[in-house]
Amino acid sequence: MPVIEICGPGCSRCKILAERTEAAAKSLGLDYTLLKVTELPQIMARGVMSTPAMVVDGVVKVQGQIPSIEALAALLSGTN
Amino acid sequence: MTNETDPSESARTIPLLTEPRRCCGGGGCAVKPEPSRGSQFLKQGGWLAIALPLWFLIYHYLQPFANFLTTNVFGLDPTSHLGSAVAFFLYDSPKVLMLLALVVLGVTFIQTFVSPERTRDILAKRAGAWSNLLASLLGIFTPFCSCSAVPLFIGFVRVGVPLGATFSFLVSAPMVNEVALFMLLGLFGWKIAGLYALTGVAIAFVAGWILGKLKMERHLESWVMAIPYNAQAAADYKMVFADRLEASIQGVREIVGKVWPYILVGIAVGAFIHGYVPEALMARFMGKGAWWSVPLAVIIGVPLYSNAAGVMPIVQALLGKGAALGTVLAFMMAVIGLSLPETIILRKVLKPKLIAVFVGVVATGILVVGYLFNLIL
Repeated sequence: MPVIEICGPGCSRCKILAERTEAAAKSLGLDYTLLKVTELPQIMARGVMSTPAMVVDGVVKVQGQIPSIEALAALLSGTN
Repeated sequence: MTNETDPSESARTIPLLTEPRRCCGGGGCAVKPEPSRGSQFLKQGGWLAIALPLWFLIYHYLQPFANFLTTNVFGLDPTSHLGSAVAFFLYDSPKVLMLLALVVLGVTFIQTFVSPERTRDILAKRAGAWSNLLASLLGIFTPFCSCSAVPLFIGFVRVGVPLGATFSFLVSAPMVNEVALFMLLGLFGWKIAGLYALTGVAIAFVAGWILGKLKMERHLESWVMAIPYNAQAAADYKMVFADRLEASIQGVREIVGKVWPYILVGIAVGAFIHGYVPEALMARFMGKGAWWSVPLAVIIGVPLYSNAAGVMPIVQALLGKGAALGTVLAFMMAVIGLSLPETIILRKVLKPKLIAVFVGVVATGILVVGYLFNLIL
């Protein structure tokens, strides 16, 4: 079960990424856990420098961008 | 990873370009164009082919239309105070908003090719004055918003980008604002736009260089170097053309949607100046003769937090009324380059003394630029 983390201080862009990620994960029928990481030290610990970011099982997949739902689904489809 | 996200839009098209017949002539084609991207291109790129010429057509007829509205519909004399203020507002509102939409579309598109991570990795290998120059130049086009200033700062410093270069970047990124740059180009021509870019880069270069020489490392908050940080090279996700276009359109929606009220306020202020403030008064306060006008412009500009687009109409009205270029440039740079919110955010990573030096050095740079242009132009 993949752990998906959305990193960002909580600005509007972070919310859009979180919504799209959830839509993408649901479209794949993934069994996942979505966490929001809002504290700076924790964001930095994941190696993220520009927000919003999507981290899947500790690997930074998206940084500073908001991909489309389809593109996010493609990124998530490799994880089980 | 699937085909959609594979790095290579280009890698896939290059073989097609070099040997088109051999590959696709027969039955079994290894490199198939993706059907979805074709329709996406039509869906998203196609309408641009109609929207862009339409944009230029409307833009071209804004002035006569505003004049027509003012004189024939509202029945105002365009040479009166009220009439010229109204004409200014009616002409400038659609003009600035349209220009902003086009500029943001283009700039966001370019920015999808540049990431702070790549900038960081380029800068990490440099040292000395070159690193300052490079950081100042990269600051122009690297996407930057003040809400991510802190992670960006830590990310830079922790992979070994010199502190001076990091400051050059932090000065250049907001001050040489790419939206402001192209709006200046559209509103005032290439000379003023070029002057703005050149002096902004110069200030960022010199300020970062000085801050680097001052050896301020011990004035960083201690957690900056203490927290665990392992830099990740680049994200897995690679964009294709449709993604870049979508990001650009989203950028337009987001930015224009957020800033239009501020722009209208800015234009209203500009319209008031245009219609009611007499030229003699303006010359006394913001002309070349008034030595104190440059520092005053900076002092007023720093706490005024506005986005680049909101300042433009005010700049336009001030210049039109005979304010000195150096003074106006200093005002604009103080408003968009040195903002109070960004300083407060940076306080999380910088100790008060370093913050003070940072603001002081940049403000001095702006002052010098203001005086310099008032002197030579």
